[in-house]
Amino acid sequence: MPLTREEVEHVARLAHVGVTDEDVVRFRSQLSQILDYFEVLRAVDTEGVPPTSQSLPLENVTRPDETLQPLDQEAVLANAPLRSGGYFRVRKILE
Amino acid sequence: MNSASALAELTAHEAAGLLRKREISAVDLLESVLERVAAFEPRVQAYLTLTEQLAREQAAAADKRLAAGGAPPLCGIPTCIKDVVCTQGIRTTCGSRMLEKFVPPYDATVARMLNDAGIVLVGKGNMDEFAMGSSTENSAFHPTHNPWDLTRVPGGSSGGSAAAVAAGEALVALGSDTGGSIRQPAALCGIVGVKPTYGRVSRFGLIAFGSSLDQIGPFSHDVEDAALVLNAICGHDARDATSAPVGTPDFTSDLRHGAEGLRIGVPREYLVDSMTPGVRDAVTTAIGAFEGLGATIDWEISLPATGAALAAYYVIAPSEASANLARYDGVKYGYSYLEGRSMWENMELTREHGFGEEVRRRIMIGTYALSAGYYDAYYIKAQRVRTVIRREFDAAFARCDVLLAPTTPTPAFRIGEKVNDPMAMYLNDVCTVPVNIAGLPGMSIPCGFEAGLPIGLQVIAKPFDEATMLKTGYAYQQATDWHKRRPAL
Repeated sequence: MPLTREEVEHVARLAHVGVTDEDVVRFRSQLSQILDYFEVLRAVDTEGVPPTSQSLPLENVTRPDETLQPLDQEAVLANAPLRSGGYFRVRKILE
Repeated sequence: MNSASALAELTAHEAAGLLRKREISAVDLLESVLERVAAFEPRVQAYLTLTEQLAREQAAAADKRLAAGGAPPLCGIPTCIKDVVCTQGIRTTCGSRMLEKFVPPYDATVARMLNDAGIVLVGKGNMDEFAMGSSTENSAFHPTHNPWDLTRVPGGSSGGSAAAVAAGEALVALGSDTGGSIRQPAALCGIVGVKPTYGRVSRFGLIAFGSSLDQIGPFSHDVEDAALVLNAICGHDARDATSAPVGTPDFTSDLRHGAEGLRIGVPREYLVDSMTPGVRDAVTTAIGAFEGLGATIDWEISLPATGAALAAYYVIAPSEASANLARYDGVKYGYSYLEGRSMWENMELTREHGFGEEVRRRIMIGTYALSAGYYDAYYIKAQRVRTVIRREFDAAFARCDVLLAPTTPTPAFRIGEKVNDPMAMYLNDVCTVPVNIAGLPGMSIPCGFEAGLPIGLQVIAKPFDEATMLKTGYAYQQATDWHKRRPAL
């Protein structure tokens, strides 16, 4: 079933990905085709089959709570688009 | 090519032998590789960043270490690392405008381990943006050309790493494989590519795509080299919670045990209709050759859920990607759009301009599959199918030691051929994704040519049984010489 234009715009908003009008047209057709392809999943009988989130039998992995040398502050901030002293600077969220 | 440049055609283990005997120096070996980089790179474009100055320093240091004795086997070996692996102080782009100027403040565990092993870093390999693609055409910077036919793709997403090794612009390389991104380009470039068992190699410092699927592994000309690189990069790492707390064997120790008595299975669902005649012939002939090596072959193994594996993969990987790539918000690092009217507008425009089309498409697929009302129908359903796929592999491995199959249904396709058709591109991965979904080790080795283009044979083994997988490939390479062919550039 093809996605509507509104559904594509809604998903883009959820993902915080900007889309142009042309993007919406193209993504609508491509995503619809890909979602149609996912229908083959229905053919697999998964009654009573538990989901697997990853293939290793590991749970609740912990490590000793030890103090380690953190990264150098200057090195971490060197890639920041905006900074203020020792902080990352962001635009205000509430107008 | 003169004799100096021929050094770049050596395998790593051959070069290591000559380095140890001091018949060649690491500096000579590097200069031979750099000569090829200068000659071929304008046409192949395997690298995103070259680190020649660092490489010369590392080669000089390697010679000192070799002279002192006791140097590890990869000491002095010119290496390419896919640009998805963080390298401290060296730009790491992940093939994306988003990270065009990103300089990591730390090394990935594998980068540190290779440094400790004494490798010489030639540069960072080109790739599909955020490792999403099967052709390296999704690189934000430039495509890479297949050294066997420059009008064709090298495969992807680790296409730069594969092309660098095939062209002699590095002796070995690292890639990452989420759905085939090491094995598929290895097949298309006529070299060996290994995806280790999920959890075998630390993902700390690997820029995340699909965290339940991603695994780092080597490219090389032969299986022995792959074993040497695995020896250097495998092992438990407390900084990766999905790193398996298991010991690392010496992957070279079982190589020469041969294929006598080996139980080989051929899953019939992998002999897909979309295979070209050349791939079908080469792969079936290669499998048949194992009878002469003393193995038994069961051609009737069945993995019925295989047909749903690609769909499960394209639910699971984009879902995980949509979560992993949420971090690119233009605040801490990376491209940042700053001219918008609000914080939210800046974030949307940062992600619209910073990500390429395929990355945005996969974020959208994943966001949709995880959204309210669809989570159970897509994401949880795909995770249940994952369980079915793993159980089918487990049942097959009760009867077989390894499974053999094609790596890809076709040899390298033309640049531009599939770039506007996402579904056609995804179908390249039909034989490789089940291995990631089940977390198994898989390898592609060269097994023939079709119209001058290389073909790959895929070897799949039980979890943490890389030793049997490598032994199988090694036995094949003792009996054949496909892996010794080099492209005429």
